[in-house]
Amino acid sequence: MSTATEARAAAARPALARVAAGAALVLAALVPLLVSGNVADMLTRVLAFALLAIGLDLLTGVAGLPSLGQAAPFGVGAYAAALLGKHVTTVGPVQLVAAALAGAALAAAVGWLLVRSRGTYFLMLTLAVGEIVHELADRWEGVTGGSNGLAGVPAITLYPGGPPVRLAGVLYWYVLAAVLVCAGALWVVARSAFGRTLRGVRDNEERMRSLGYRTFVPKYAVFCLAGAAAGAAGSLWVAQARFVSPADLGFEVSALALLAVVIGGRGSLWGAALGAAVVVLVREELSPQLGGRGPLVLGLVFVAAVYLLPRGFAGTRLRRSNRS
Amino acid sequence: MTALLEIHGLTRRYGSLVALDGVSLSVTAGARHAVIGPNGAGKSTLFGLVTGSLRPSAGRVVFDGRDVTGRPDHARARAGMGKTFQHSSLFTSLPVVDNVALATQRAAGLGMAMLRPAGRHAAVREQAMGQLERVGLAGRAAAPAAALSHGERRQLEVALALAGSPRLLLLDEPTAGMSAADSARFAELIESLGAGVTVLIIEHDLDVVFRLATRVTVLHLGRVLADGTPDQVRADETVQRAYLGDAALDDLFFEEGR
Repeated sequence: MSTATEARAAAARPALARVAAGAALVLAALVPLLVSGNVADMLTRVLAFALLAIGLDLLTGVAGLPSLGQAAPFGVGAYAAALLGKHVTTVGPVQLVAAALAGAALAAAVGWLLVRSRGTYFLMLTLAVGEIVHELADRWEGVTGGSNGLAGVPAITLYPGGPPVRLAGVLYWYVLAAVLVCAGALWVVARSAFGRTLRGVRDNEERMRSLGYRTFVPKYAVFCLAGAAAGAAGSLWVAQARFVSPADLGFEVSALALLAVVIGGRGSLWGAALGAAVVVLVREELSPQLGGRGPLVLGLVFVAAVYLLPRGFAGTRLRRSNRS
Repeated sequence: MTALLEIHGLTRRYGSLVALDGVSLSVTAGARHAVIGPNGAGKSTLFGLVTGSLRPSAGRVVFDGRDVTGRPDHARARAGMGKTFQHSSLFTSLPVVDNVALATQRAAGLGMAMLRPAGRHAAVREQAMGQLERVGLAGRAAAPAAALSHGERRQLEVALALAGSPRLLLLDEPTAGMSAADSARFAELIESLGAGVTVLIIEHDLDVVFRLATRVTVLHLGRVLADGTPDQVRADETVQRAYLGDAALDDLFFEEGR
């Protein structure tokens, strides 16, 4: 490829990306006008799960810290939102902020030790934390309702004293707006100087230290950020499901979130959102039709993604342009 | 002349193996100080102990009048030690300019800045480009670091070490695997550094050592065998014997093919 064409292609890419992003946004905003309430509900869950996956992508894809325990802050956020809704306030944005803080607090508490480990050790420790929090949700019946979970979470309101949001479409718009704000914040972080620091830690932590970086600090910060995103996602999940149980913070949720990141392409954030859509659609739509064999399909999707798209959705264009 | 780096009785044991045995040396501010020695002399161990990637079994490292023996590597880097790695250690998935920008943004205190896009910190980018020009890599700024040739990687390695404006530059066999032309370029680069940068270089290529060094320390079996000006070391008989038995010194310092 000549340098002139290369330069033109490079200039065209952001413009094209902007058009594609705009079109996707318009389409996403129009969803409630085009589909039934059930589909809107399902897409609401896709959005909430996408926020979980985007936060995990910042942690795993950008900073190189693979976590199998992201369901823990997700679940803590979900329980926080459900408890607030039942006992304190039904205002959705308040629940959202509180859940994000709860997720961040859990990450801050366990991350202090966790981010000092690396690679597989980190992965195993996050798995352990996820299992511990799951057990806690199961056993601590006075607060969490035990294995029955918390049912009867009231519908959220958008502002204090407002009407409860019962229409699937309106709830979808609320969740869409919340996800755009949160994911937008993560995107800003990913392209900042701090984001570059995270990529540096991912590529070569020892070199970062020799440049004067105390690498614990950015790793701890991104772990807390991902925890906050997961907590916020948990609150949005509950806003739609109006129910939370230990199953919502089980190993399966963590594994599916990581799967979404892998098939979406690590480090791009938007790829993780696409991956999350695939995961939720297969699990919720395809699985019942296949007599509950959804996990099998997801397994096949995983294998196919690893072989056919080693860098996920987000990496395919890059690969092609490198080759030509 | 004040010492920028002082090493007192530095010892490192690996089980019963003593890799470094009570080594003391002093690096004068502004010096070009070379450490040479046969394989197994303890050069790399010494380097690790000075940069903080290894901990000594005994002894002290004093940098700029402060005892840094217990300080971790990143704290030593902040105090003004820049280092290159023996095997190029880069950020291979990032563009070349971002590799250097990681160093310059840290020096500017922006490593944790989360709000503005990284590219908008103009000073960070300009300083990074300046370092790339200095080492002759400006034309490769946008290339992924993984696409660089071996020689270019060595250049980038030096740019990374220099980008933090260190007062002490620690070079671990910087010309290993370089072509003769690249080695000469590298020597020119080091010569072009002002007296504000002190250089401690561990090197196999004795041409480079005797071209650059103002002082040479010879390690042998974990101990200091000789320490002095290049001419003194060249004339030292114990160095000659340690390296080569009774062979002529020219064989030691000017091997065939160099």
